Amino acid sequence: MSAGPEIERLIQLLAKLPGLGPRSARRAALHLVKKRDLLMAPLTAALQTAMDTVTVCEVCGNLDSRNPCTVCADPRRDPSIIVVVSDVADIWALERANAVNSRYHVLGGTLSPLDGVGPDDLTIDALVGRAHAPEVTEVILALDATVDGQTTAHYITDRLSDAKVRVTGLAHGVPVGGELDYLDEGTLTTAIRSRTTMG
Amino acid sequence: MQWSEDGIVLGVRRHGETSAIVELMTREHGRHLGLVRGGAGPRLQAVLQPGNRVAATWRARLDEHLGSYSVEGLRLRAGAYLALPHALYALTHLAALARLLPERDRHPHVHDALEAILDHLADRRAAAALVVRFERMMLAELGFGLALDRCAVSGETEDLAYVSPRTGRAVTRTVGAPWHDRLLPLPAVLAAEELVLEASDDDLVEAFRTTGFFLARNVFEPRGVPLPDARTQFLNAALRRERAKTPAEA
Repeated sequence: MSAGPEIERLIQLLAKLPGLGPRSARRAALHLVKKRDLLMAPLTAALQTAMDTVTVCEVCGNLDSRNPCTVCADPRRDPSIIVVVSDVADIWALERANAVNSRYHVLGGTLSPLDGVGPDDLTIDALVGRAHAPEVTEVILALDATVDGQTTAHYITDRLSDAKVRVTGLAHGVPVGGELDYLDEGTLTTAIRSRTTMG
Repeated sequence: MQWSEDGIVLGVRRHGETSAIVELMTREHGRHLGLVRGGAGPRLQAVLQPGNRVAATWRARLDEHLGSYSVEGLRLRAGAYLALPHALYALTHLAALARLLPERDRHPHVHDALEAILDHLADRRAAAALVVRFERMMLAELGFGLALDRCAVSGETEDLAYVSPRTGRAVTRTVGAPWHDRLLPLPAVLAAEELVLEASDDDLVEAFRTTGFFLARNVFEPRGVPLPDARTQFLNAALRRERAKTPAEA
């Protein structure tokens, strides 16, 4: 390609973003250059602001421009419940669903021997410390329904055995829109075991 | 290059945004890796969980290439074990042990043993008996087999009670008595030809102590790594305490 080194550099960086390959990065770069005032300048400013202000919350591991984050500092949040998630994206998903009005704790991943992720690589010690606070009565383990996710959940349950909290996990079963014929045996078994009374 | 075979999922590593590198234990092709396109997507995530059995077709231009798998779920066992901590720790530990084998090296006995164990992980004591036998099998597969069929001194085959930590050979209770504090225990669950599923927790703990000693000394320490954490967690979950109640049961 005969574009200058600046545009080449822009394309290379954009191609590192999730969802963008070299071809789509080239399209995005071209679009940015064409919409210099409308898009490129505000995007540059937004990136710089985010770079300067967004930090990891020292309490829960959430990303925010405040530290402690907006969730941790919100007095309307129920301080007695901590929802444990593996990643910040999970907080955003739960907040979108408006499912809980509590505090969170981001582990930073799940235990994964294949990827070399052990307990020391996650923020489990910090969670155990938070769970021992007198106002905390329940820890909800909102982790993936995968072998790694649930292994992490059981490990945390063990670590919280001496904390005076109720440790709960998310239910596993038939998702909305799920057809029984396409579900795996494990999900169906769990769904039958966790059946609820109708009406 | 192309072959098709059923295999057990040992592990999955995300590759890029949508693909995954999947590690299978197959009967004819051993521990074999391959790329699954779309393997990190929601359609295949339930299939590509450790412990599940899949029908796989591997394709590559050259034999030494990573190659790509197309997979279809056959027995999706992992989901049934998500609520059982000992089963999940066992899955992780078994995969870590299988990972000690060289890639693409045929080990049909290991494959068959894994398949049998994975069907019986729900019962914690049976799972413990099967896992300790698997550890003994892995020692043999890696060249450090224990000679537990007869006494190393007298040649007797009855009342074998100890294992020498130096040689890995069994001795009878009488022969080993003077040095019993320096020998490792040999409970029936480890020594018997046939599988002993009714072993007590104490026997199982002793059996794991013996296999753990040889695994650590001969296999893990030379590689510069400790015994897997999952092994300790499996023992804690399966043997040393009663099963914790699930939230629904509480």
